[in-house]
Amino acid sequence: MGEDLAARLRLCVRRTPAATGVAAALSVELRVPADLRCVEEAVELMVRHCFAGLDPTQRTRFRLRVLLSEALTNGILFGAGGDPARNVKVTAELTENSIRLQVTDDGPGFDPAEVPDPTSPPAVRRPIGRGLFLIRSLADRVEFNAQGNTIWMTLPRS
Amino acid sequence: MGFSKTTNGAGVAIVRIDGQLIVGNRQELKTLVQEGLDRGERRFLIDCGQTGYIDSSGLGALVSLSKKVRDLGGELRIAGLNEDLRALFELTKLDTLFHISATAEEALAGF
Repeated sequence: MGEDLAARLRLCVRRTPAATGVAAALSVELRVPADLRCVEEAVELMVRHCFAGLDPTQRTRFRLRVLLSEALTNGILFGAGGDPARNVKVTAELTENSIRLQVTDDGPGFDPAEVPDPTSPPAVRRPIGRGLFLIRSLADRVEFNAQGNTIWMTLPRS
Repeated sequence: MGFSKTTNGAGVAIVRIDGQLIVGNRQELKTLVQEGLDRGERRFLIDCGQTGYIDSSGLGALVSLSKKVRDLGGELRIAGLNEDLRALFELTKLDTLFHISATAEEALAGF
């Protein structure tokens, strides 16, 4: 990744009161230029901050990496049209036991119900169309806003 | 991190993925295999023994490369998947599309 792009990955980490008010929660926010070359670095930055001071399982790390990579790729390509002047925003709300990821782009959104099953016999031979399926398979919970340009994905933090 | 390619004594091209195979680097892998095809290589082993994670774009790259190799009468095999990667292939049913071996040695034994 070029230095100009790396410099444009803007990370913001802050402590905020948890919704329940019981424990402090950490919020990590990253603005990623809509350029696929930024995905790997953005994923590693988020992984580092989401697991800071923790020793999660290999499987949890794997899940976070794939979920972020998929949601960022979708946001960059289909939301922001691969235009590096636009951003995709990633936010992770961290509690002691869970990570709730939010990925938002400034595109028109899509209807997740219309995405076909990539495991059907003809689709399994196609090189594309597995992103949302992987997200649904790897996250404990997946939600979208009505417009379809924000996705929330929940997974454990341990 | 990245890709390295060697050829064994039997003429099988072994491509090792160190790190990840994702949307940002899949083209490198495609180019590496295409260069082998252009030189007449037809048997490819993708060794994932040092691979951390693969996203859907990486899986897609393997699917399209496998087809390209098969169309030329060759075969692309995969080996060394860890537990998480193996689960990814099973979830997506790509385990039905590829010849997958536990280790590179095992894959090469019958290749």
